[in-house]
Amino acid sequence: MSNKEEVTEKLVINKEWCKGCGICVSFCPKNVLTLKDGKVDIADIEKCIECGQCELRCPDYAIYLRGKKNEK
Amino acid sequence: MPSAIVNEYFRTKKLPQIWCPGCGHGIITRAITVALDKSNLNRDKICIVSGIGCSSRATGYLDFDTLHTTHGRAIAFATGIKLAKPELTVIVITGDGDCTAIGGNHLIHACRRNIDITAIVFNNNIYGMTGGQYSPTTPKYDKGTTAPYGNIDKSFDIPGLAAAAGATYVARATAYHANLLISLIQKGINNKGFSLIEAISDCPTYYGRKNKKGDAVDMLEWQKKYAINVTAASKMPPESLKGKFIIGEFKNTTEPEYTDEYQKIIDNIGKE
Repeated sequence: MSNKEEVTEKLVINKEWCKGCGICVSFCPKNVLTLKDGKVDIADIEKCIECGQCELRCPDYAIYLRGKKNEK
Repeated sequence: MPSAIVNEYFRTKKLPQIWCPGCGHGIITRAITVALDKSNLNRDKICIVSGIGCSSRATGYLDFDTLHTTHGRAIAFATGIKLAKPELTVIVITGDGDCTAIGGNHLIHACRRNIDITAIVFNNNIYGMTGGQYSPTTPKYDKGTTAPYGNIDKSFDIPGLAAAAGATYVARATAYHANLLISLIQKGINNKGFSLIEAISDCPTYYGRKNKKGDAVDMLEWQKKYAINVTAASKMPPESLKGKFIIGEFKNTTEPEYTDEYQKIIDNIGKE
């Protein structure tokens, strides 16, 4: 779909859909995320506990956990 | 590839959605799909109906049988669908203006009839699509483009209105409390009767900017800070609830359902 998709071992980010609202960045309990050039970016993936708070509240469906259920 | 939920239940070719950056409507729309996913219903027996407004754009993104209708009339169209095919699960997506102003009478009579429809009201406290006019849920003294000196109307308590009019399942959550919202929508769908779930959204573009509420993050932080769960609220003294709002399940009762009652009439006439 998108060539701006960023896949890490824990999270997938679709920068094309991201509008840079910062909700995921603010409500991530471990400060894994940051904004870079108006889009979400990963600051420290090692800290990610895969809680899914980002996916729960992303209004643009631009970030989600790369759990097994997401690998259909 | 989007997430499994989005890939399964959204018309992904229509994404990204049109809502403003940080608009809570995207969070609430996803919550509806998660609730439907958990409900294990036959996908072909679900119909989602919306009216007009920012909220009502949601049906365009949802990969179900959907109907995007006229302003305020989502519940009226949904009533027709439910009466024609009572076996369907009918969901209404509507906004604060669509549901309680333009469609206010449809709302109260659907509540009174207790017809088996689940209405999810995306309440962003303003008419967003048309440029920020004050709505029936704009808080008193807050501003809109049509109330530059402050709105003097008292705002509607939508769950209170629905409960008083006869809805059998009534609840409220927020975009911030998305997990609670998912469980309340699921319970609303399970209720055999009229269910209303108010989902407090955030409109950073109009309501937020007009009233200096900050950006989307500030508005969700506000929801987090000022929402009190109904169970906790019942144990708190009234003065400590000042400035707060209540979330959770307000009403969950069982009463005769409209299409069942209608079928009884048909059956009785057949016997004569």
